[in-house]
Amino acid sequence: MLEIRGLAASINEKPILNGIDLEVPAGEVHAIMGPNGSGKSTLGYVLSGREDYAVTGGTATFNGVDLLAMEPEQRAAAGLFLAFQAPIELPGVNNANFLRTALNALRRAHGESELDAVQFLKLAKAETKRLAMPDDMLKRNVNVGFSGGEKKRNEVLQMALLRPKLAILDETDSGLDIDALKIVADGVNALRRPEFSALVITHHQRLLDYLVPNKVHVLLHGRIVRSGGPELAKELEKSGYAELIAEAA
Amino acid sequence: MSTGASGFLERFEGVLGKLPGDSALRAAAAAAFRASGLPGDSRGRRIEAWKYTSLRAVADAKFQREAAPRHEAETILAGLPLLDAPRIIFVDGAWRDDLSAIAAAGFARFAQQPDFGTLTWPDREPMVALNTMLAEDGAVLDVPADHDGGVVQLVSIAASDADFHPRHSVRLGRGARLTLVEISVGQGTYLLNTVAEIHVAEGATLTHIRLQDEAASAFHVSTTYADVEAGATYDSFTLNLGARLSRTEVHAQLTGKGGAAHLNAAQLLAGSQHADFTSVVGHTAPGCQSRQTVKNVLAGKSRGVFQGKIEVARQAQKTDGYQMNQALLLSPFAEVDSKPELEIFADDVKCSHGATVGELDAEQMFYLRSRGVPEAEARSILVRAFLAEALDAVADETIRARLEAAVEGWWERQAA
Repeated sequence: MLEIRGLAASINEKPILNGIDLEVPAGEVHAIMGPNGSGKSTLGYVLSGREDYAVTGGTATFNGVDLLAMEPEQRAAAGLFLAFQAPIELPGVNNANFLRTALNALRRAHGESELDAVQFLKLAKAETKRLAMPDDMLKRNVNVGFSGGEKKRNEVLQMALLRPKLAILDETDSGLDIDALKIVADGVNALRRPEFSALVITHHQRLLDYLVPNKVHVLLHGRIVRSGGPELAKELEKSGYAELIAEAA
Repeated sequence: MSTGASGFLERFEGVLGKLPGDSALRAAAAAAFRASGLPGDSRGRRIEAWKYTSLRAVADAKFQREAAPRHEAETILAGLPLLDAPRIIFVDGAWRDDLSAIAAAGFARFAQQPDFGTLTWPDREPMVALNTMLAEDGAVLDVPADHDGGVVQLVSIAASDADFHPRHSVRLGRGARLTLVEISVGQGTYLLNTVAEIHVAEGATLTHIRLQDEAASAFHVSTTYADVEAGATYDSFTLNLGARLSRTEVHAQLTGKGGAAHLNAAQLLAGSQHADFTSVVGHTAPGCQSRQTVKNVLAGKSRGVFQGKIEVARQAQKTDGYQMNQALLLSPFAEVDSKPELEIFADDVKCSHGATVGELDAEQMFYLRSRGVPEAEARSILVRAFLAEALDAVADETIRARLEAAVEGWWERQAA
């Protein structure tokens, strides 16, 4: 599904990613772990096409298509979704309208008919209920006045409605209590099927208890320095990154 | 050959005595106009109030009445977002009984009841002088005390490449209410130069909504004088979308204790459009409130102008004045000029003003695009969000929906 070869990227001419090699096959969930500043969020941004990052080398293909040549909206239409670590507030934009606009943009790109307000609300309300979100979150402006947890849940709601093929979750678990964490994990687990993959960026092993990954990768100084099974996350939880940092140095 | 100030004056000589109302007053206005000329015309004097807006293009245009209008007013009318409420329709500046729908009482034509009022300053405002010289028709609305006049629509349709100078008068008696919706549209190259005089008596409320969606080659000048008495409210919102050049000028005087004036506006401009919103709010009585939020969305090489002045007289203690001008620049070639002014002679007042100029937020754009929303649609969503706050000032949902639809129409025109 996702194939990354030697990916290098920088921001303001400062290199952040220094040659990432990563393959996420269809149907798998991979976790990316690593200390602060190792390039985890940058990887998510570069894959989803944020303009302020310059790709300086390597390739990234998504189901055989050159991901890096696409506009952000084309990547979304191809099935990529980034759950933001710090979801953006959109004052003056109603959440339900935002979600419907996004869903209909994707439906248009796929040659499907657009949903009207009634059809959409029915769908959205079913999802908010499943995610234990209050209904009024649809009526409020996008992420404006949302608590940290509500913002994260709103990202999961978007993911549930947009049904991506590859979801990149950038620390969606940070700042969540255990109940919210389970909801996020359930939201991703509900999407799990042979044609869905996820790249879960996290600091903590806790989320991975509920969202069991096929593989865990450790990112350090913009490179993947170790890969392993779910047990690697547990190991890191105990030992921390110090040993790896020392090894890399 | 262009019409110019001399052309207007020549025409005036020809019609003097034939036009309704006080001829001496018209002659005095003509003398003032002869001295001032059109603002920005090199032959005229330099006028500080017209620092950012030149009517040179008006001076260079040719306006001519022809026997038959060049465009179908009925077709233009059919396309308007009118409400199911009384309407007065003007075509090429003339009241059209056949197109209007009004109740019998409270409505009159300036042509039959010519009254130039008491608030206007033809000697200080060249375009008011021009209007006073040449005004032929207009609406005279009177809402009796404690009466709710509901919604009245005042529509100007221009169908000829000529100049029109409507003269409106709106009077609300004590405790009266009225929602006045003014729409101006047209086709061709014309000049609409409206003057309106508004009196809001004690405890009365006038809600004044304006939608300016003139032809792309038209000139629109509108000067409003409002006198707001004790405990009365003048609540206005202006949406400027059309015209090659527009100037919306409002003079509001808060003359009684506890009066309120809201002069909110939004201007959406593209191409080489120029729109100027100029206001003077005079606090002459204590305990009054004025509120102004003017938002500009500027694309292409357009230019938005905001001049706002709050004058607080010595006796106007406990004045509460607020003024905000915000501009969103969608192109590196767009320009905004903002000139807020406070002139305060009282010592116990709360007055603030501010101005912001910015571009669309890159993070917000990326967020929307990462969800699959194409770039152009993402921009339009964020611009509409910027405008939403301005449109929120319009309390009536039905009217607000019409304005939102007009904004949508503007977007569709930009996309086309």
